[in-house]
Amino acid sequence: MSEDAKRTPSPDSPEEMSRRQFFVKLGVGSVAVAALGTAAFSYQYLSPNVLYEPSPIVDAGKPDHYTPDSVTLDPQTAIYVVRTAGGFFALSAICTHLGCLTAYKPDLGVIACPCHGSKFNKDGVKIEGPAPRPLPWLRMWLSDEGDLMVDRSNAIAIKQLVRV
Amino acid sequence: MANTLDQLIDQVRENRIWRSIFRGGTGDSNLHKSLLVQQNVFLHLFSIKARKRTLEFSATWYLGALTFGTFMILVITGVLLMLYYHPSVPQAYADMKDLQYVVSSGVFLRNLHRWSAHAMVFLVFAHMFKVFYRGAYRTPREFNWVIGVILLLLTLLLSYTGYLLPWDQLAYWAVTVGSNIASAVPLIGAKIRFLMLGGTAVNANALLRFYVLHCVILPLAAILFLAVHFWRIRKDGGIYAGDHSSEVSNQ
Repeated sequence: MSEDAKRTPSPDSPEEMSRRQFFVKLGVGSVAVAALGTAAFSYQYLSPNVLYEPSPIVDAGKPDHYTPDSVTLDPQTAIYVVRTAGGFFALSAICTHLGCLTAYKPDLGVIACPCHGSKFNKDGVKIEGPAPRPLPWLRMWLSDEGDLMVDRSNAIAIKQLVRV
Repeated sequence: MANTLDQLIDQVRENRIWRSIFRGGTGDSNLHKSLLVQQNVFLHLFSIKARKRTLEFSATWYLGALTFGTFMILVITGVLLMLYYHPSVPQAYADMKDLQYVVSSGVFLRNLHRWSAHAMVFLVFAHMFKVFYRGAYRTPREFNWVIGVILLLLTLLLSYTGYLLPWDQLAYWAVTVGSNIASAVPLIGAKIRFLMLGGTAVNANALLRFYVLHCVILPLAAILFLAVHFWRIRKDGGIYAGDHSSEVSNQ
């Protein structure tokens, strides 16, 4: 017993570490590294690398399908194709408040959200309600076949009309 | 007649097989009753003795026990509903409708699951109000209050994840709104929403994730915390009996 006590280095001295302390630190350190690795692995595993979601680029059809001065909602793709005297533009139909699908009210001339009562005008500018931002304008162009194309993932800052 | 029945019960309880399962033995003594609780894997979480005052209706209104009762109904009906439900788009909606109109007793089980879920949320809140206004959350029971708050959150998350599973309009837009609320978290909000839904919109991945959370991860977590919650009642000195001095002065 007394010999053991002699062999064991004093834990008070800062340079020396007992065998047990060393293995405890090694064990705790290894578990910490493994925990970090597991966290990183879990995060990567839970983030899908490939999404089987519909393409953000939508073919909105021929411009003639849209009557002059109209706002047309496609509920499947959640976009408005707006035809004005000056040309076409595309507006996101997803409310900027909490993501509900808005609807155009032709008699009032406003875009209204059924969830929490936000209202927007035909340009997407908010009239009333909790929506923090206007409805974004989406990039629109004419395809080689003469179809109106909309990129839902691409909101444009400068409002431009597509002339046909 | 009563004697022969008692004898028969005693014979069964003296039986070697019975004794190999329930080791407490027969008899009405306090020791035997204590052993019955102490040596049972489920009951041993609870105290072997309780003050009579704590078992009266007025002490707890039995709200905790009733909450656990609704949880057990939800587990049983939920497992049965799983036998007909596929968490895939658009099959989930058709399965929900089949449960209502085609499967025998399907509509009963679905409604029982739904109403029990509503009742559980109500009972959890009622239980917490009762504990709060009696002051039963105070030392030494403050840790069990914290466990209770975790169980409240698990109950709400179970309700929220279960809401998507019918895959109808209400489910779809409720979870669209809910996941957009999650994305309002500063800096990491969009990432949280992406991990929650397994994509950028409420879709097949989101349905599957909510299904796994609803049927596996959250119930297991709830059972784990329930066990700690029950065990802590014993460790904290049993159900709060009330402050007698204040009760006397109030009369």
